[in-house]
Amino acid sequence: MDPVEAQIAEWRAYVAKAPAVGDRDVDELEAHLRDQIAELDAMDLTADEAFLVAVKRMGDLDSLSREFAREHSGRLWKQLVLRDGDDAEPVRRSGGWLEVLVPAVGAAVAVQVARLAAGFPDQEPGWLLRNAGLLVLPFLAGYLARRRRLDTRGWLVTAAPFVLAALVVNLYPFRPGGATEVLVGLHLPVVLWLAVAHPYMGGTLRSHERRMDFVRFTGEWIIYYVLIALGGSVLLLLTGAILDPIGVDVELVAEWVVPSGAAGAVIVSAWLVESKQHVVENMAPVLTLLFTPLFAVMLSVAAVAYLVSGAAFDRELLGVFDALLVVVLGLVLYATSARDPSRPAGLMDGVRLLTVASALVLDVLVLGSMVARIGDLGFTPNRAAALGLNLVLLVNLGWTAWLSLRFLTGRVPFHRVERWQTAYLPVFAGWAAAVVVVLPPVFGFE
Amino acid sequence: MQIDKNLVAASATPLVLAILTEGESYGYAILKRVRELSGGELEWTDGMLYPLLHRLRRLGYVTTEWRTPPEGRRRRYYAITDDGRVALAEQRRQWMTVTRALGDVWRGPGGLMPALGEA
Repeated sequence: MDPVEAQIAEWRAYVAKAPAVGDRDVDELEAHLRDQIAELDAMDLTADEAFLVAVKRMGDLDSLSREFAREHSGRLWKQLVLRDGDDAEPVRRSGGWLEVLVPAVGAAVAVQVARLAAGFPDQEPGWLLRNAGLLVLPFLAGYLARRRRLDTRGWLVTAAPFVLAALVVNLYPFRPGGATEVLVGLHLPVVLWLAVAHPYMGGTLRSHERRMDFVRFTGEWIIYYVLIALGGSVLLLLTGAILDPIGVDVELVAEWVVPSGAAGAVIVSAWLVESKQHVVENMAPVLTLLFTPLFAVMLSVAAVAYLVSGAAFDRELLGVFDALLVVVLGLVLYATSARDPSRPAGLMDGVRLLTVASALVLDVLVLGSMVARIGDLGFTPNRAAALGLNLVLLVNLGWTAWLSLRFLTGRVPFHRVERWQTAYLPVFAGWAAAVVVVLPPVFGFE
Repeated sequence: MQIDKNLVAASATPLVLAILTEGESYGYAILKRVRELSGGELEWTDGMLYPLLHRLRRLGYVTTEWRTPPEGRRRRYYAITDDGRVALAEQRRQWMTVTRALGDVWRGPGGLMPALGEA
């Protein structure tokens, strides 16, 4: 090979090693290098000299790859070293087991203490249900706040929503077993999970890129949590099979181990996402690739079937559909976060649009029968909460569908779709918070 | 003259967008045009242009396409979009304000600021 060609090949291989520089980027940089060499050649430099000058002009590769990393933080969001403004300020290096063990055990113990105090499972006091999220998620927030080295103000801002939530759910005079109490039990974890976003993002709540990172974090956290739960159930089944013959009460073991395990796993999953990212990172696109088409088929069939048959939605079915729509939204969000924004529109984007459009149709049908029910039977806390959720989803899905369509037809960049989703996240938080704070007094804590 | 690196960074986006309003172009040619326009005073390291171009693309200010001209090398061409033109117009307003303010103060209250010229 021509010696300059060999040098270019070597240079190319070196540039390609930078994690944020993709193949096509290397192609582009190489084309640039060759242009430069050609021009220098014409100025009577030897090929060797031309190569050296061209490489020198390209700038040092470290800062080049850092610039690429800054721009394509999605390609290596795992490193989370890229803050706006200042140069690389790495998060605290993983402190090993202790870093996760302390908050995980803390959450596990908190759950046990609350359980003992409540006399669970013989009694099922409502306050335990209401406080479930408050027993676990502060430990997660604390773990993240410590990892991101938040200052005192950052810690205070992190603590504020938890303190407020604790006051609200414990000072409100809920009627035991009432509808508003159940609603709070369902919505508070959502509020608190979004409160975890603050320490996760290291206090940069305004950054849309960081919000997208939080969406990714949530998706991967779910994956790890499910994996741990599956492994845990297998372990528990086998333990039962072994202990049962020698007369140990398995139920009792499970009763003690499961709540603590479930609480501790919340933090362990987060720790896994933080420290083992590249493992799941390869899985995320595969999972969305697998499930987006399946959901698209399922939802479009359902949308057509319900449209054609005009089937009525009873109370139960409405609940199922609400759950389904939330899952679909999660999938769409996660698929958005897993997509490389610089890729042009492709088949998968069409499939995702089909998913969103079908979900939109179903949401409209659900809303229609919900409004009819409210017209016939009046407002109840459950109906109010469901109506609000469906409206919030309707706006999100509708605008997502519109933007996706414009993206597919090449009118807007994918960035807009991303931006819409990240801009909308506070609406979810706001709605869930409203259900916790506003709805119970409005309905007299019934 | 060494131009301050903050100034180079701040002017990079409007400069690139403005060059692209002259017609679509590729990285190497854009850099040449920058040198030409600034009389060689604005020296960017060549590589730094590319992350900037990618950012402009992500924001939807430019579109890009790989193409091989008849007697040339395969290159990634960039073209400005309508969003890019809007952004450029906004940047331009900002720069006009800055340069006008500087121009006024350079001239000083009594006309010229003679001391500065020789400083």
